[in-house]
Amino acid sequence: MDFNDTPQEAEFRAEAAEWLERNVPSREELEGLDEIQRCKLWQKRKYDAGWACIRWPKEYGGRDATTIQSVIWNQEESKYPVPAGVFAIGQGMAAPTMMGWANEEQKRFHLPPLASGEHIWCQLFSEPSAGSDLAAVRTRAERDGNDWVINGQKIWTSGAHYSDYGILVVRTDPTVPKHKGLTYFFLDMKSPGVEVKPIKQISGGANFNEVFFTDVRIPDEQRLGAVGQGWQVSLTTLMNERAAIGGGGGLGFDRVYQLAQKMNIDDRPAIENGQVRAALANWYCQESGLRYTGYRSLTAMSRGETPGPENSIGKLVGASKSQDMASFAIDLLEMSGVMEDRETWAEGGVYTGTYLNAPGGRIAGGSDEIMLNILAERVLGLPQDIRVDKGIPFNEVPTGSNN
Amino acid sequence: MNFEFSQEQELLREQARGFLDENCSAASVREILEGSDSYDAKLWKDMAQLGWMATAIPEEFGGLGLSYYELSVIAEELGRAIAPIPFSSSVYLATEALLLAGSAEQRQRWLPKLATGESIGTFAFAEHAGRPTPANLATTVSGNSLTGTKIAVPDGDISDFAIVVARSDTGDGASVYLVELQDVTRRKVNGIDPTRSHAKLEFQDCKAELLGSEGAGWSLVNQLLNRAAILVAWEQVGGSQAALEQAKEYAMGRYAFGRPIAGFQAIKHKLANVYVKNTLARSNCYFGGWALAGNESELPLAAATARVSATQAYYFASKENIQTHGGMGFTWEFDCQMYYRRAKLLSVSLGSEMWWQDRLISAYEQRNQPVAA
Ligand SMILES: Cc1cc2nc3c(=O)[nH]c(=O)nc-3n(C[C@H](O)[C@H](O)[C@H](O)COP(=O)(O)OP(=O)(O)OC[C@H]3O[C@@H](n4cnc5c(N)ncnc54)[C@H](O)[C@@H]3O)c2cc1C
Repeated sequence: MDFNDTPQEAEFRAEAAEWLERNVPSREELEGLDEIQRCKLWQKRKYDAGWACIRWPKEYGGRDATTIQSVIWNQEESKYPVPAGVFAIGQGMAAPTMMGWANEEQKRFHLPPLASGEHIWCQLFSEPSAGSDLAAVRTRAERDGNDWVINGQKIWTSGAHYSDYGILVVRTDPTVPKHKGLTYFFLDMKSPGVEVKPIKQISGGANFNEVFFTDVRIPDEQRLGAVGQGWQVSLTTLMNERAAIGGGGGLGFDRVYQLAQKMNIDDRPAIENGQVRAALANWYCQESGLRYTGYRSLTAMSRGETPGPENSIGKLVGASKSQDMASFAIDLLEMSGVMEDRETWAEGGVYTGTYLNAPGGRIAGGSDEIMLNILAERVLGLPQDIRVDKGIPFNEVPTGSNN
Repeated sequence: MNFEFSQEQELLREQARGFLDENCSAASVREILEGSDSYDAKLWKDMAQLGWMATAIPEEFGGLGLSYYELSVIAEELGRAIAPIPFSSSVYLATEALLLAGSAEQRQRWLPKLATGESIGTFAFAEHAGRPTPANLATTVSGNSLTGTKIAVPDGDISDFAIVVARSDTGDGASVYLVELQDVTRRKVNGIDPTRSHAKLEFQDCKAELLGSEGAGWSLVNQLLNRAAILVAWEQVGGSQAALEQAKEYAMGRYAFGRPIAGFQAIKHKLANVYVKNTLARSNCYFGGWALAGNESELPLAAATARVSATQAYYFASKENIQTHGGMGFTWEFDCQMYYRRAKLLSVSLGSEMWWQDRLISAYEQRNQPVAA
């Protein structure tokens, strides 16, 4: 065990740090660009210099870097507030699925533009009647010559409104038990018959969407895995989703710590208050525990193991932590905590923004309860929940008034 | 960078686990719980044969000169086995104090005997209920004689010497002394975990040797607590993991409403939450182990982080283990009580969770302070 760099690692870190220092976009460069343009600008710059998706093979747009090198790169890059985010689904989930299941030609065609940021992908999994119970999707695909014809609806699709491609799970056979009748595709979001309608979120933004499919045609070549093997392919995506979401993001410890230094309680710095210190200490323990848990799972990956169900821990702990810290930060501001405008208070909106976004983190990518089930069943080996739909043909499974 | 134990270290773990399964079974821990012995003297002797107390002691003092990673592995296994021995007092505290501040002569005299387990040492700190500070220490030294009363001294009844914290009128307000215990009045006290004995020590003009410098004792105590906290955190993590396994095993075999209780979500999610806390604590212990193994500047923060999360994890695992067992968990006969007792003992023995939360934030403040010009 050694948390220090070897000489080669130190050299790599220095190279990365030096490149970042010279190339991170300045405020002026980003001015006037929207979030997507900013992300694309930075991603393309990294790609051109060989710093995009560095763990991927060179022929797919990566750098053939080791797992540890990617840790180092991420540590160095995260020192800067660089625009990121819109590529998380494409690079973190669609790409590993393509690497595992697409043919060579498709990989060479689709992966480099994912790495360069030219293409953005979305994940068309959830439906109005299938969220946690993802295998209950109803969107139909029927074979017609060399094509499949898709009809139905997806929901909560993040970024569908700006995505070029999507990964899609659909039902090809409703007469067999639910997991057996699924098939997995990728598709061009500009295909005729695809309609995207934004959904407004608690936070006021609208980053997720309803996506309707009306006689959308997908060529059979864009099927990943065999007909009926869609569940298995989805698991590749979901495992990587948990690793990709991890525990990061949201509100970090240091931010709230600094706030506690600035704010006063009874005319003394809040950071001197015992209750404040105890709360902060607990979050620090979680944040550092997640960081090193992540490193340990990377060590396992660098030994050739695939990311396993233990990775559910990052999102499970991270999402609640961020929510609780935001709530606490608003408390530190006392009555002024309600304010969102920046004219009155430089940090106006930061904590309320996190507070309003945080509930989504505990639901997206598998809810807290589903994460606990995964840990209980797949890590601890406890019995699966009793399922009344087990072995029953999908079209005979009962549904309720909210489906 | 590499965030796992080496193969050799994992091999050591396997051997340690095998040895403890055989020589430190729940039944043998129970003998100490129910009997009048202060510790399992046979286990102590057998462990000495394996050189466990000598692990991190340099070879020049009769030790094995291994790293703190090896000692971490042993600590975790001892915690897992709820071993009823004075290992933490003698190894994490007395030995570490000598390594930190002992004179050449003091090290030469004591370390070889600590390494073989022939001598047992301990740390005598608490004097009254509540958190110790230099200002509320009443133990004093005049000339070479130490006078005062120390309570809840772990293994105080069986130790050959103690590292004693006394008040000082200079420096940081405390000095640390090494005192041999043969002439000290000692009384074994009943405690929350009878598998670990504690005693009240009354020092009346006892011959005391300064350890380190006069008036630098409080800083030494803090260094010592930081080092010991990481090793104790490994014990805590070992205990939490064992409590989780016990809960799981019981839940799988206990049926209610026609099925194993392990299948109810309330139980599944409870145990998953135990797993989560254990995992975070363990990962923090990894970093702690690394800080202990020579990365001093990270030590205060790493120690507090490992300590707070391991304390929380063990308390949670041990109480939810009882809950998972239902009425059986509350009986004297079942072993759930042993984890529950040990969890609380370890959580206060080096200072409470509250104290360490406070230390954590102080360490963070310190680390992020701009270096003075
Ligand atoms: C911000 C955000 C972004 C998203 N982005 C995407 C995306 O890009 N692509 C995509 O496909 N989907 C996306 N989703 C959808 C997300 O995956 C689902 O919302 C999630 O899986 C939960 O499904 P549901 O909303 O249908 O809730 P339900 O499944 O109806 O769950 C409702 C409640 O019941 C609980 N519950 C359900 N089943 C169980 C069980 N077996 N045991 C115990 N409790 C249970 C849940 O935990 C939850 O608390 C996004 C969601 C959010 C909030």
